Amino acid sequence: MSDYNFAYLDEQTKRMIRRAILKGLAVPGYQVPFASREMPMPYGWGTGGVQVTAATLVPEDSLKVIDQGADDTTNAVSIRKFFERTAGVATTEETTKASVIQTRHRIPEAELSEDQILVYQVPIPEPLRFLEPRETETRKMHSLEEYGLMHVKLYEDISQHGDIATAYAYPVKVEERYVMDPSPIPKFDNPKLEMAAIQLFGAGREQRIYALPPYTRVVSLDFEDYPFEATKADYPCDLCAAEDSYLDEVILDDAGSRMFVCSDTDYCRSRRAEGHVGRLGEEAA
Amino acid sequence: MPQLTETTAYGGGFSAPAQQAAQAFRAAMTALARPGTLQDIAGGSPPAGISPAAGGLLLTLCDPETGVYLAPDVDSPELRAWLAFHTGAPIVAADQADFALGSWAALMPVGQYRVGTSEYPDRSATLIVEMAQLIPATATLTGPGIKERAELRLPDVAACQANAKQFPLGVDFFFTCGGQLTALPRSTTILPKE
Repeated sequence: MSDYNFAYLDEQTKRMIRRAILKGLAVPGYQVPFASREMPMPYGWGTGGVQVTAATLVPEDSLKVIDQGADDTTNAVSIRKFFERTAGVATTEETTKASVIQTRHRIPEAELSEDQILVYQVPIPEPLRFLEPRETETRKMHSLEEYGLMHVKLYEDISQHGDIATAYAYPVKVEERYVMDPSPIPKFDNPKLEMAAIQLFGAGREQRIYALPPYTRVVSLDFEDYPFEATKADYPCDLCAAEDSYLDEVILDDAGSRMFVCSDTDYCRSRRAEGHVGRLGEEAA
Repeated sequence: MPQLTETTAYGGGFSAPAQQAAQAFRAAMTALARPGTLQDIAGGSPPAGISPAAGGLLLTLCDPETGVYLAPDVDSPELRAWLAFHTGAPIVAADQADFALGSWAALMPVGQYRVGTSEYPDRSATLIVEMAQLIPATATLTGPGIKERAELRLPDVAACQANAKQFPLGVDFFFTCGGQLTALPRSTTILPKE
């Protein structure tokens, strides 16, 4: 342990965040304003998710942190170390062993259970922000359920590109009421938003918290003749041969050769441990 | 120095505030995120007449920024002193309250509490309802947090249905008894149990 209060934040701040989380769960998809604090990391590095995680953690938790699916990138490693030091919680890289998972821009491939909590880092919580910059206006649009502008945006995608070109942060409608930004997860992950785990979203710079209780109905916006489609690179993983996971493209040399690998490192590792071998993979020792 | 016993306003708080508040919040959050589930909540020892579960919620969620309304059946100098010492929460009228505590009959009518505005539905009250028992269930629930259907004991099904009809406005409920609690958010669809 350390000289910090449990999970870094002071108790009054945690109470304020906890009240916001409860309101978010009571009104799924609605962005609850909260008094986001300065954290010992810059905005854009997950300060919202860190504050939500800090307010949610209990000493018995096992925490997993991923950044674009990976456990071993700078952002994930530093946040994991932050909570090891300030909360003294156990950490893990295994999705199935974690009770709280903080994520930047991915939903793990393994199906989450009722005992788990998924915390998202959110850069821009307002799905209408790029269409209407004024907060007073977007707030009014949410209150009146006036989401025509979002459909116009998706329609313009179709008229310019032939299909809905939005590939990440694909807008969803929650329980037929609020249009919500699922954070910049690839639209491949959108169908997984209806899950057994509790999902909490924290936007530190924008000072918003929102939430999805388990099994909340979440529908990706689309048109009858242009239905929503969860897409991924049309290859198997080159290390574990998975056909069903979201892939990162990695450039290998100057001659244009490349490989596709699972963005979820834990999923890929556990598949290779089970003996699956992809095109460029090696047999497990 | 006077001893900090249960009989004074200075006793009965969390002995390890950060850890116990975290655990109490986790119970409250799980109850609200999964309506119909029964959660254990421990650590608080409020003055006589108040359940440990309700005391734990007050210790976890209330502070000088939240107005608390005490219904006539629980309002007492002992409780006011205990709340003031442990939370610093101001005691306010029902229509100003962020949190309200009491039995169902004493808290009514439900219409007197803040339900939020269409632009800020979060500016609403949370009712902590002291119950004689949390089972057997009187209502069937569907909605967010519920896989197919769940069951919950409600003090007044019709009043809770009317509250849910206002969604996204409305109040949220915690039902407390002894060291346990259940919760009902405004988003839940309620049917009387057959």
